[in-house]
Amino acid sequence: MKRLLLTTALALTAGGAFAEEIRVLNWQGYGTDLDWAVAAFTEKTGNTVVHEYFTSEQEMLTKLRTNPGAYDVVLINSAYTAQAKDEGLIDAIDTSKITNFADLDPALTGNEDLNPGGQLSGVPWTWGLTSIAVNTADFAEMPTSLSVLWDPAWKGRVSIRDDGLEAVQFAAMATGQNINKITDMAAVEAKLKELLPQITTFWSSENDWNQFMSAGDFAVATYWSGSAARSLSKGLPIAFVVPEEGAIGWLDGLSIPTSSTHKDAAAAFINWMVDPEFYVKWDAEGAPVSSNTKALAALPETSFNRQLVADPATVARVQFMRPVSDADRETYLKLWQDLKAAQ
Amino acid sequence: MAGTIAGQDRRKAFMLLSPAYLWLTVAVFLPLSAMAYFSFLSDVPFGGKDWHFTIANYRAFFETGTYATLMWKSLKLGLIVTAVSVVVGFPCAYVLAKVVKGRAREALFLLVILPFWSNSLVRIFSWAIVLRGNGVLDRAVNAVLPWDVKLNLMFSPTAIVIGLVHSYLPYVILTSYLALQAIDDSLIEAARSLGAKRRTILWRLILPLAAPGIIAGAVLIFVPVVGSFMEPRLLGGRLGTYYGTVIEDQFVAVFNWPLGAALSFILLAVVLAILAAASPMLKRAAT
Repeated sequence: MKRLLLTTALALTAGGAFAEEIRVLNWQGYGTDLDWAVAAFTEKTGNTVVHEYFTSEQEMLTKLRTNPGAYDVVLINSAYTAQAKDEGLIDAIDTSKITNFADLDPALTGNEDLNPGGQLSGVPWTWGLTSIAVNTADFAEMPTSLSVLWDPAWKGRVSIRDDGLEAVQFAAMATGQNINKITDMAAVEAKLKELLPQITTFWSSENDWNQFMSAGDFAVATYWSGSAARSLSKGLPIAFVVPEEGAIGWLDGLSIPTSSTHKDAAAAFINWMVDPEFYVKWDAEGAPVSSNTKALAALPETSFNRQLVADPATVARVQFMRPVSDADRETYLKLWQDLKAAQ
Repeated sequence: MAGTIAGQDRRKAFMLLSPAYLWLTVAVFLPLSAMAYFSFLSDVPFGGKDWHFTIANYRAFFETGTYATLMWKSLKLGLIVTAVSVVVGFPCAYVLAKVVKGRAREALFLLVILPFWSNSLVRIFSWAIVLRGNGVLDRAVNAVLPWDVKLNLMFSPTAIVIGLVHSYLPYVILTSYLALQAIDDSLIEAARSLGAKRRTILWRLILPLAAPGIIAGAVLIFVPVVGSFMEPRLLGGRLGTYYGTVIEDQFVAVFNWPLGAALSFILLAVVLAILAAASPMLKRAAT
């Protein structure tokens, strides 16, 4: 009798070991935490998913540094992948565990920022643009230039994200510079100084943005393409614009922390995240552009993302963001802080 | 013989005080010393980063005018919020202590304490709904007044002051209430029977006797308001950059804990210096 109980208990614990709980670290409301997606993953693999969120890349790095073992999958922007790898926070990816890997865009899997030291350390997941979006109730005609942010007609109804780097990059584009090689900082500073009185408040999350936009506080604001697709699908009267000066391009990867204790389950989750079945359904709710070429091909003709990548002229204007050195980051932050403090 | 009794007393006192000292050590002394230690480092000492001891974080405060400007802005905010809270809170405490009695007092007390029971973030967001253009306040005013008024207080220093006063008002009401309750009613009656006018009673009798409570409430408000960051960020919009938000940025947004810690200690020093400078005045008022 006793032996029987013992065996049952052992069998139960063994069963428990298969059904693992993985912890995902991501921005809130960014794909991985969709209820149906998590439920489908649990059904497929038996593993459950728990989420934790960050509100800035620095917070994400802090969490990885200070809570070793707490996370199994983490979303890292390609501009930070090399830093995370150098600090030993994330592992190289074992691509054999990702069955969808062959379908991913080779230009993205070969992206040098995702491959620090020649080792792929983040599976390219999505990419998109940081550009501007306008309230269609206010704009009869879509603006074609970034200068709309500086237009006195919209004074007090303009917003950008409270982020020194992004602010500097927008000012750089508005002054005709390359965002990865800013040479004329004085022009950037002057441009930002002009921009600040235009601003009503800074936005910090997609939720924020939607609320301010639907309350009419914003007429024109910087925004992420994936979020714009989501806001559009929720029925917000907005239009996403890629102005002639260009837009900031970003690439997000999914990585597995070195300290993860559920690496196989984590790889299975990443595989699900780049699966066309997942992406097509996600795209219908509003998503950034997938790294999976098969997934993109499976989208309906009317999809926001399909239209976004369809025009080669738009894609050509995008300036993809490269890693930024600590010194530059500090300069931008200081500039931004000084300008804000002077308000 | 007397020595052993004193020894026993001391032991008893030590036993009774030990939970408090343990609490102070764990909850106040340890985190503060950790922050003091951080403030002298060149970089965070984990994640395999190189670091050494430096005073550069403290020097950073003096290298630009930015931090001093923001410190001044935050101190002014603290003064305004404290003043408004005292002006609003003291009459309220007076009514609670001396005018209403019984059930009505209990009900009023509940209303005063109610803000303490709700989450502070929720309070701020409800203010945002009230204050924004075309919000609750705007519509209410327009419904009452015959002419068209554009009332958009959101994203202004006024909004920050309103939010902060609402959060901290109970402190000054509670401390003033306790001081006012301690005033013997027969003293006021005696003054009145000797022919003192209402104003004289207020200025010469009630205010001096209630001063310790008012001052305690004012200090309780001033100190946290100077370092506040959530209310300025959410209600202040682009004007919401204060000393507290810059410290928060160092910890949350840019992962520069050493600078954040150094800025916090400079704030602590400035606040202590202000309280020390004001202490002769406060002492005189309190006796």
